[in-house]
Formats: sequence, structure tokens, C-alpha cells
Amino acid sequence: MLISQIIVHVVLLLVMPPLLLGVIGKTKALFGGRVGPPLFQAFFDLIKLFQKGSVISSTTTWVFRAGPVVGLATAILAGLFIPFGGHASPVSFSGDLILFAYLFALGRFFTASAALDTGSAFEGMGAAREVTFSCLAEPALFFGFLVLAKLSGSLSLTAMLDGPMPNSWGAAGASLVLVAASLFIVLLVENSRIPFDDPNTHLELTMIHEVMVLDHSGPALGMILYGAAMKLFVMCALLLRIVAPFDSGNIWVDWGIFAVGMLALAMVIGVVESIMARFKLTFVPTFLVAACLLSAFGIILLLR
Amino acid sequence: MTQLLVITAIVLHAISGVPGLLFKRSADAGQKLSVALSTFGTVVGITGSIASLWFSTPKTSIIAIDGLSVIFLLPIFLISTLGSIYGLSYWKQADHPDNGQKLRLFYGLVTAALAAVTIAANAIVFLVAWEIMALSAYFLITTEDKDTAVRESGWVYLIATHLATLCLFGLFALLHSATGSFQLSPLTAGAVAPGVFTAMFLLALIGFGLKAGLMPLHMWLPGAHAMAPSHVSALMSGVLIKIGIYGFLRLCSLLPEPPLWWGGVILAVGVTSGVLGVVFALGQHDLKRLLAYHSIENIGIITIGIGLAMVGRTLERTDFVLLGMAGALLHVWNHGLFKSLLFLSAGAVIHATHTREIDQLGGLAKSMPRTALYFAVGAAAICGLPPLNGFVSEFLIYLGLFHSLNSGSGMTWTAAAFAIPALAMIGALAVTCFVKAFGAVFLGVARSEHARHAHEAKSMMTGPMLALVGFCLAIGLTPLLVAPVLEHGIRAWEPAAFDSGQKLTMLAPLGWLTIAGAALIVLITLGSFVLARRLRRCGVNPGVTWDCGYAAPASTMQYTSSSFAQMIVALFSWVLRPRVETPAEQPVFANAAHFHSHVSDIVLDGVLRPSFRFGAKITSSFRFLQAGNIHAYLFYIVLFLICLLLWR
Amino acid sequence: MYQLIDPILVAVLLLNFAALGASQLRTVIHAIALQGVLLGVLVVVAHNEFTIWAVLMACAAITLKGIFIPRLLFHAIREVSIRREVEPIIGFIASLLLGGLGTALAVLFSNTLPIAQEHVGSLIVPAALSTTLTGFLILTTRVKAITQVVGYLVLENGIFIFGMLLVEAMPFLVEIGVLLDLFVAIFVMGIIINRISREFSTVSTRNLSSLKE
Repeated sequence: MLISQIIVHVVLLLVMPPLLLGVIGKTKALFGGRVGPPLFQAFFDLIKLFQKGSVISSTTTWVFRAGPVVGLATAILAGLFIPFGGHASPVSFSGDLILFAYLFALGRFFTASAALDTGSAFEGMGAAREVTFSCLAEPALFFGFLVLAKLSGSLSLTAMLDGPMPNSWGAAGASLVLVAASLFIVLLVENSRIPFDDPNTHLELTMIHEVMVLDHSGPALGMILYGAAMKLFVMCALLLRIVAPFDSGNIWVDWGIFAVGMLALAMVIGVVESIMARFKLTFVPTFLVAACLLSAFGIILLLR
Repeated sequence: MTQLLVITAIVLHAISGVPGLLFKRSADAGQKLSVALSTFGTVVGITGSIASLWFSTPKTSIIAIDGLSVIFLLPIFLISTLGSIYGLSYWKQADHPDNGQKLRLFYGLVTAALAAVTIAANAIVFLVAWEIMALSAYFLITTEDKDTAVRESGWVYLIATHLATLCLFGLFALLHSATGSFQLSPLTAGAVAPGVFTAMFLLALIGFGLKAGLMPLHMWLPGAHAMAPSHVSALMSGVLIKIGIYGFLRLCSLLPEPPLWWGGVILAVGVTSGVLGVVFALGQHDLKRLLAYHSIENIGIITIGIGLAMVGRTLERTDFVLLGMAGALLHVWNHGLFKSLLFLSAGAVIHATHTREIDQLGGLAKSMPRTALYFAVGAAAICGLPPLNGFVSEFLIYLGLFHSLNSGSGMTWTAAAFAIPALAMIGALAVTCFVKAFGAVFLGVARSEHARHAHEAKSMMTGPMLALVGFCLAIGLTPLLVAPVLEHGIRAWEPAAFDSGQKLTMLAPLGWLTIAGAALIVLITLGSFVLARRLRRCGVNPGVTWDCGYAAPASTMQYTSSSFAQMIVALFSWVLRPRVETPAEQPVFANAAHFHSHVSDIVLDGVLRPSFRFGAKITSSFRFLQAGNIHAYLFYIVLFLICLLLWR
Repeated sequence: MYQLIDPILVAVLLLNFAALGASQLRTVIHAIALQGVLLGVLVVVAHNEFTIWAVLMACAAITLKGIFIPRLLFHAIREVSIRREVEPIIGFIASLLLGGLGTALAVLFSNTLPIAQEHVGSLIVPAALSTTLTGFLILTTRVKAITQVVGYLVLENGIFIFGMLLVEAMPFLVEIGVLLDLFVAIFVMGIIINRISREFSTVSTRNLSSLKE
């Protein structure tokens, strides 16, 4: 693993996430027949937020400020375990997939606690939804990991996704389709995208993730936005390597393939958000159970 | 020599409550002397147990200390003494003149008996120590015996623990029939029919499972934990229920050639306990009952590890044995540490507010900042979040389960596929539950007068908590240090585990966990620094919480813990069976309305109580026979004699 | 051609889950229609060559299961003005979980069956079993008469998949007989739905229990 590769990995991880938000926004604007915000709008938002003063409710304690920080820190650390495209991740060891999943759980613990720290009914509601849905998303994720671990015979994300991935499609295509579908549902739910959550609605009652952060402002809100974008980026990278395991042979071309693939995946998310209506909140668990079943079925197919 | 140290420690603990009896009921000297004895005993005991790992001593027919005993001895001594110190301020004899001395006496006795169980080499010694432990625990649970609810919980505990003892009698009778002695030594495969081994296994599972609180056998646990004083709850949840795990492990190590289905049964029981334990915890309104149900969950996680190790023994896969046992044993420690931490901080909350109702609390992080921080650490640890100790043990169990993916046997394959997502779900549900508990108790605004007038606990109470926080962090950040002790424990359980030359450190990348944990702490520190700097640079205006335009948010508008858990409770209503009283439909100008929901225990309140009531109803219909008339009784005897004559 | 069977069957199984989890009647009927079309394709794929009979058979199956019956059902929804939601007796999540459990059991069970050498490892038996189970599940846990028809269809699809095992042995006449059977059954059910709605002015089978006397 070359130093230059690590640097590219870290730079992409730190810089690219807000761009995905821009691509999603642009795609949605295209479908709506609007010009839409510029591609780099998320960057402008972040820069602006980090320069703004903030209002902090007097009911809050240190937990309120810990939420955004831990959320961002865990997303960055998790990003170091995921291989981008065909490149090995900077850090990998046997079992890092468990740490990967639990880092997000740590982030969730603190963002949800931060929401409860404000003592607001709406934020409590959002926090409850966020943690409840993750109870069903987590098994789906681990069912998916089981399939990948069985196919590759290894327990680190790099070894699972890197080498054997292109060959696995020939051997167990059906299982991988199921896992990809299940992970896509998990990705949409965990990152609060339509059809499961709509961050742009005007009704706090119907939101999941956005309502948790109502009270955060200024730099803290910036950190939350950045952390959310990074979580989206990391999960997209995981999915992308499963659905498009292309290697050209040249490492620099591979980086290009990865970047283009990520943008394409963001466009797919944008298209899904444009053509689908939001589901009733009570149906979200149904879809998550379906996601669990999909990847569980993927294992059953391998088990035969 | 090392045996002598441990025995000295046991004696010191056993007599620690006695000096208090000589002083006045409300005197301070007695409890201080008792803490001194207990602390001294713990220092001696821990020295002795650690030394015994390296200086092996000859086994006698009465006591034997091996790696497995040491694993259990360490938390017994440590947590008992920390609880004892905590009790100085939490259960001052000056405040509790009528039961303070009793509490001290039985607290010392239960500790001594627990330690004695782990070093017993003989079934008789084991049973005697077991029974002292069980009875002292009864007196601890019923410390406040003036309260009816306390007496009732104690009663349920007494029945359950004697049911367990009954199973153990059967178990050791079978052991005697198989070996001809009461010595706890390994059995040989051909000694008796395999059915006897199966019977022994099942008796052990029920008997020790009752003590450990595995899911369908947990009926005594929530009530007992909730009713006992908090440092007693910490001791019970932290180490007393683990003694069930110890007994089960010890017995399993004696039985030869376990069939595959034993491992499967243990895994299934573990998964059931784990998932249902945490789901029931989510439905609770009582802080200590909530923590008690989490004990059931964590016992489930430990059992999953044991199940994997049993499967490994059958299939002769040393990696399953190493990872499964290491995870289970480390989780025994970890659960002891973070659960006592949580019970002690819950005790501090109860001491300050005089209520256990979560929905009466709130906003305590301001008045009790240290307790809040310690509770947060304990909560993160029990959810298995990195970089704390709970993550390390769950990591080992996950790793072992993933290892079973590339085993040839179909049965283990499905077991693994079944247990890994279940473990993931347990983790996510635990996060939900502890966000609820932490949020509703410590965050937001106080919901009642009790909570508004809370005060920080005394340093006698926060000191032991801080020590436990330190242990949680230490194991979480440097798991490599505990690996050798764990390996000693595994070697005592299954000597063949190291035959293939595999070591725990080769199978599990424990060093990487240190690096990742350190990286996480660095990143969080860096992030906090950046945020603090930006906030200082850009200015902060204090304000009220944004409640969608409503300018006067009140404490009653907060999301309560019951509403927080409502979605999960609804998803699992098929097992939780919540009782919900919704307000009746209101006229246009609505009156005050009440909403009430309650989740009662499915085994105790759903099955046992109704069936006992049914039994009582049936048998009470024979009550007419007992007329209280001596002639009638004589008539029964005559009738009986005639029946006997006719029958022959 | 033969290696296409398994992907098609995976899709059929997923449509089972869609039929179990969907809350809108239209979605359920669409899923069943798509399943019918896939089964038609399966006939050709399983014969492994384009014989005129195979193609005819496929066309018949697609027309009947994929086009005709779904249109009939849509027509029924419009005519009898049925509310558009499925009314399950047990929840959607529970039905999904039961369906998942059924599928897992079907896979495990089919490994123990003595099947011809060339079908070992193929998904035909598990798919057939699990589709049949799904059909039963829909039949037993849905209230509306129209969902009963859907359940019957899924059940029949499961039996149809079983037929793929006997593709060499079974004469076309039998297959066509099966399709005809289905057609008649649906026809009869259509009449019954009409009757129920005329008698009780709803189409819930719950009302039939008042006939038990």
C-alpha cells in the first residue's frame, strides 16, 4: 500500500462527500424541470455554516455538543476501513467490518442523545425513529456481510470487496443481486432519502433524521451535514464495489472509475428520489424487514 | 500458598459484617470496619488468584483453583468491595438503623460464598457454598422487608433458587452414579449411557440457567434486582448471576464428547435471551427493572459465546473454542464492570431523587454531572460501542461466529447465519434502550419536583463508579493485556484448545482495536477542539429550545421514555403484550385525559401466575374436605384403609 | 438457456415477497401478473429449445396468467368498487417473516427430497414449494375475496413450477389441461365474488361465516 494511495483515499473521503449531495440535488432539479442549486452548493453551505454564530438552547449540556463531533468522527474513521473501488483501504484487519458497523452505532448513540438533550418533543420523536429503524437495518447489513464473507472466505472489508469481487458475480450472481438490493434499501433508510424520509418536507412531524438536528446551528450543524454526507459517501462506496467491481489494471484509471461510479450512484439515488413518492412512515419497518429477508435469502442460496 | 491467600480472603469477606453487630445499630464504626476488612480481603484475594495462574498449586479434594476459577474470582472480589465502599454513603447505618447491620452481614457472606463456589472441587462443598450464597442473597433482596412488594420479589427469588438447587441435587446424584464419587473431575466417555450425560446437561442448563436468568427461566430476576438496594443489585447483576454461568461452564467441561445439538440448544437459548431480554428492557418504566432485563440480554450474549465454544468442541475446531470462550469469559468481566457501574449510578440517581420511575426524572446531567458522565460511559459500554470494553467481547464472539462460515458442517453454518444478525439486532436494540434511559433520566428538563431538587452524589459513591469507568476504558483500549488471563481460563475449560498451536492473539486482531480506539479518541478530541474554537470565534447566543415556533416549551412537552420506545414495543407486541389504556373519546372541549401503558413479564405474569391461580382454584374446590371436624378426619382414615384393603 | 432457470426463479421468489408485503391491491396484482409472465418464459427456458409447442405453451401461459386474469381482477376491482388496500389478518411484517421462514424451510426440505440427478442443486423444487406456501399464506391471512383469488393464483403458480421438473415426461395436453383448470376456477371465483358483493354489498369473506348455520 503506497503512501500516495492512502493520501488519495483520505483526500477523496474528505472532499468528495458534499459533491454527492450536489449531484443528487441537480438530478432532482433536472426531473423537476428546474435549474437547481449549483453542484457545489453543499460546499458553500458548509463554509457558510462554519462561519456563522450559533444559538444553543439553555437546557442543553455537553451531550448536545458531543453529538455532531462524534457523528463526524465515527464517519471519518469508518471511511478508512472501506476500500474505494479496487484499492485496498488504508486500514484493514480481520473483523474490521464489525468495527465499521459499530462505529455508526456509536455515532447514532450520540446524535440521538444530543437530540434528547434539547428536551423538545419533535427531536425526541426523530431520535426515536432513527434508533428504531436502525434496529432493523443493522441485521440486514450483517446478513449482507455474511454473504460477502462466505463468498470471499475473509473477514476484512478490503479482502471481501477487493480481489474476489469480480469473480463472485459469476459464481453467485443471484446472491449478490439480493445483497445489493438489500444494501440499497439500508442506504436509503440510514441516509434519510426518499422514499423513506424526506429532509425537505415542511412538517417536522413526518421527518426522521432532519428533525433530530432542529436545534443545532452554525458550526455544529455544519459538522452534522458534513458527517451525514460522509456516511452517505461511505455506504455508497460499499454498495458501488458490489454492483460495479470493475478493475482496469492501472491504479490511477481505477480511481477515475471509482469517482465516476460514485457520481453515477448519486444520480441513481437522485432518480429514485425524483420518481418515487414517500412511503407512509409505518411502512418503513416493512421495507427493512424485506431488506433483511432479501439478504437472508442471499445466504440461503449460498447455503444450498 | 496461593490457595491460602484466597481462603484468607474468603474468610475476611465472610466475617466482614460481624464486627458491625457489636456496635450500636446506627454507629458508623461498624460499617467502616466492615469496609476495611472487605478491602483487605479483596487485595489479598486478587493477589492470590492472579498468583495462582503462574504458581500452580496441588489440587486437594476440597478446593481447586484453576484458570476458570480465577476468571470468576477477580470480579467477585473487585465488585464486592467497590459496592461495599459505595454502601458507606448510599446505605448509611445512621440512616437505616433497622437493616444496615443485616445488609453488611449478608453482603459479606454472599461474597464469601460466591468465591467459595468457584474454588470448590467437590460437589458437596459446591452445594453448601451455593446454598449459603442463595440464602444470603435472599436476605439481601429483602433488606427492606417492611415493603410488601419487596417481600413478594424475595419470595419469587426463593422459589426460583430452590428449584435451581433441586436440579443441582439431581445433577450431582447423576454425577455420583457415573463416577462413584462427588469429585468434580472429568468423566470418561464410556462410563455411563449417553442418556445420562444428556440428562446431566439438561439439568445443568435448567439449574444454572435459573440462577443466570436465561430467558424463559428469568422470572425472579427483574423483581429481585429492582427491589434490592442498588449496590446489592450491582453485586447480583455483576457477579451473582454469573455464578450460574460458572457452574454451567464447569459442568460442561466435565462432560465428554458433547453432541452437536447441545451447542445448538445453547446458541438458540442465548439468542432468545439476548433478543427478548433487550426487548423487554425497552418496555420498562422502572430504571432498575430496565437494567435488570439488560442482564438477561447480556447473559444471552455470554451464552451465545459458550454455545459456539461447545460446537467447536464437538467439531474439534479450536478457533471456535478460543474465540467463543474468550468472548464469553471477557463478557463475564465486562458485564460485571459496566452493569455494576450502571446500577451504582442508578443508585446515585435514586438516592438523589427518591424515585425509580424514568418518566419522573430528566435533566439530571446538570445537577449530577459526574454521575451522568459515568452513566453515559456505562451505557455506551453495555451497547458494545467502541472504544469501550463491551465492544471487545462482542467483537470476539462475532469473529468466532464468522469463523464458523467456513466450517464444513451444515448445522453450524445455519447457526452462525442465525446468530450474527441476531447479535447485530441486540446491539442496535441496546442502543435504542440506552439512548432512551440516558436521555430520559439525565437529559432534557426535569419532569418532576424530585428530579428538580437532585444533587450530586458524595465522593464515596462516585469514587467506585470512577474506578469502574477506568476498568471499562482500560479493557476497551488495551485488550491485549487481558488475553493471557483469558487463555488460562480457556485452558482450564478445554485443554485441547491449544493443541493445534493457535493462540487467541493470532485469531483476533486485538492490537488493531487499540489503534482504532486511540484513533477514535484522537478524532473526537480534534473535533471537539475545532467545534469549541469555532463556537468561541463565531459567538454563541443562549436561547430556548426550538419547538416549532412555540415560545414557552415546558417539561411536560418532552418526549417521554414510553413514547420513545413505543415503535419498538409495537413491533414486538406479539411477545411483549403491552397493556395500554387509551383515553376515551373526548368532546370538543377536551377534559384532562390519561394514557397508560405497561409491559409485564411474560413468564412470571403471563404464564406462571395465571397457572398457579388456576391450580389454586382447582385445589380450593376440595377445601370442603377440610371441615375442621375431628370425626371427619377419622372418617377419611377409615375410608383410606378400606380402599387399601379393597385394592389388594 | 438452462442456466437462466435459477435467476428467473429467484425473481419469482422475490415477487412472492412483493405479493406478501404490498399493501395496495394493484401492486399485488401487478406482482402476480409479472410472476405469470416469468413462468411463461420459464416454460421455454426449461424446454431448452424453441419447439412450436413450447412457444405455444408459453404464449398461452403468458396470455392467461400475465394478461387475461390480471385484467379480470382489475376489472373486478373497478366494477365492484373494492377499496384498494389489502386487508391482512396478520400484519405485513409478520406475513413477510412467515414467507421468509417458509422459503428457508422449503430450501432445507428440498435438500432432503429424492429428486432426479439433473435437478439436484436447482432452485425448481424450493421455488415451487415456497410459492405454494406463499399461496396458502395469502389464502389464509387475507380478508378480501379478491385476495383469495390472488392466493389461489400463487398456489397454482407453485404447482406450475413443479411441472418444470417433468418437462420431458409431461405431455402438452396435461399442461394445457392445467391452464384450463385455472381458467375455469378463476371464472367460478369471479362469479362468487359478484355474488358475495350482491348479497352482502361488500366483498369480505368474513361475512361468509354468517352462513355457517
